[in-house]
Amino acid sequence: MANEAVLTKNFGTKNSHTLGVYEQGGGYKALKKALTGMKPEAVMAEVDKSGLRGRGGAGFPTGKKWSFIPKDSPKPKYLTVNADEGEPGTYKDRPLMELDPHAVIEGSIITCYAVGIHSAFIYVRGEYVKSVQRLNDAINEAYAGGYLGKNILNTGFDLDIVVHRGAGAYICGEETGLLESLEGKKGQPRMKPPFPAIVGAFQGPTVINNVETMAAIPPIVNNGGEWFNNLGAPGVGGGLKLYPISGHVKKPGVYELPMGTTLRDIIYKHAGGIRDDKKLKAVIPGGSSAPVLRADEIDVKMDYNSLAAIKTMLGSGAIIVMDEDTNMVKTLKVLLKFYAHESCGKCTPCREGTGWMDRIMTRIVKGNGHISDLDTILSISNTIDGKTLCPMGQAAIGPSISFITKFRNEFEDYIRKGRTN
Amino acid sequence: MNKVEFSKKTLDKFKSVIAKYPEKGAALLPTLWLAQQEFSVLTPEVEEYVAGLVGVSPVRVQEVRSFYTMYTARPLGKYHLQLCTNITCSLLGAEELLEHLKKRLKVNCGETTSDKKFTLSAVECLGHCGTGPVIQINDDFHESLTRESLDKLLDSLK
Ligand SMILES: Cc1cc2nc3c(=O)[nH]c(=O)nc-3n(C[C@H](O)[C@H](O)[C@H](O)COP(=O)(O)O)c2cc1C
Ligand code: FES
Repeated sequence: MANEAVLTKNFGTKNSHTLGVYEQGGGYKALKKALTGMKPEAVMAEVDKSGLRGRGGAGFPTGKKWSFIPKDSPKPKYLTVNADEGEPGTYKDRPLMELDPHAVIEGSIITCYAVGIHSAFIYVRGEYVKSVQRLNDAINEAYAGGYLGKNILNTGFDLDIVVHRGAGAYICGEETGLLESLEGKKGQPRMKPPFPAIVGAFQGPTVINNVETMAAIPPIVNNGGEWFNNLGAPGVGGGLKLYPISGHVKKPGVYELPMGTTLRDIIYKHAGGIRDDKKLKAVIPGGSSAPVLRADEIDVKMDYNSLAAIKTMLGSGAIIVMDEDTNMVKTLKVLLKFYAHESCGKCTPCREGTGWMDRIMTRIVKGNGHISDLDTILSISNTIDGKTLCPMGQAAIGPSISFITKFRNEFEDYIRKGRTN
Repeated sequence: MNKVEFSKKTLDKFKSVIAKYPEKGAALLPTLWLAQQEFSVLTPEVEEYVAGLVGVSPVRVQEVRSFYTMYTARPLGKYHLQLCTNITCSLLGAEELLEHLKKRLKVNCGETTSDKKFTLSAVECLGHCGTGPVIQINDDFHESLTRESLDKLLDSLK
């Protein structure tokens, strides 16, 4: 079966980012359908049926998330679209914003209609200057075209969308860190509960959804939830997913494939296999926070449940491929330095734990490690486990535990050979 | 020293920005961006000016400015070379490129060349992993780098 392109269908079209081209390809049809022919509850029901789960990392069912927002709220409700895309290995939201910004906007407008929201923010990471520009241009076009602002499509529905540019901090991708940053503060996560659905941006009930989640909404409204669900692999469902793959593969890129495609197929059939026909050593299946897999584990289906069953996760769906020559010790060091650098400093287990692990790995890489350091890292990881304010701690121990337990021999060899004192 | 103040044009931009948020303080990040574009460096004087505009305390501005890596409190070179050294880029050779840059420019990470032309930084994942190794120079990305293409790129920067 040829792979259907849904989220990426406009990527090859010239000027796909402009309103005229988007409309020619059927753009804003879903918005018209929803606003003029569907009750908000009916939109929500289709999204429920679609099996769509959040594409930002946590995989929470999107329809269910929307249903947590109270119908009557004395405070204004908000949508914040998460375009912080900071998870190492992940580069799928950027092409959506650069090449198909109207799809992200149309999905956001429909979401706001379904949930009864009149103010939305798109939080874009600071480095994505072009995404910010493309979104702003598209938003201006959408206002001019009557898709945003007051009385949208003469239905009486009002909505404003504002692009908010971040300034370089991974933690602002975490949903409550994002809210703090949106409010003009340091991006330090909030204690939950209350959950953002009850107390979110500016104390109002808030939906937070990833860019790819938003882009999936218009096709779901156009073709129905069941249609989308059936696009997933047989027995898996849940639609299509963008899998950005990088590292030692012949054809890195963002592949739109049925949810539940096997990791082996993505690496060997779609991404062309390993560069220089080397052997595969390891692969991270869902962004740097997802525990690493060995080469003998790649027959797994790339969906939430199948990956959880082998103790890793789909996360952002970003696949990082490492060939037989990869130095796992140095690679773990790179990741732990990242988590130490990006820990926001608010809670002790994450702040101290990530820093300590980074210092140990630095020592090991320099050749001054001890075999016992490995158990120390595992013990620090276990101390972080489940005890941090936000899931950032969990993100950091995904690599630390999995690299050391799955490649322990290589770590011990490195320490024995490298130790100079 | 001149009084720190936005130009008329920037002040107009600021007014339209602050109107977009339900709370004034939320305009702090965009206002810091405007200030950095206008003054290049976010000095304590600039922070104080921004604090006045947005209606928050100067210490809050300083706290926020220093939390985010893209705001700068010190002058940068004409070109800010930000090489990604995160996982994919390092699998594809970013470490060697970084060593090469340090040697070629005779600076360490975080430093600026004596002619003020280049500042070198090693940064985290830039979201261009499919075409790594990647460097961001000011607002532009340059992808699939090799030592040769990087040298050519630097030669082309005047
Ligand atoms: C440390 C950390 C970083 C995160 N970074 C991102 C990110 O860059 N983009 C994103 O969409 N979600 C990110 N998330 C997940 C968000 O917290 C949140 O679950 C998501 O935006 C919800 O949208 P979704 O339901 O559509 O996935 C991150 C989570 C953590 C703990
Ligand atoms: S790892 Fe370098 S851009 Fe993602």
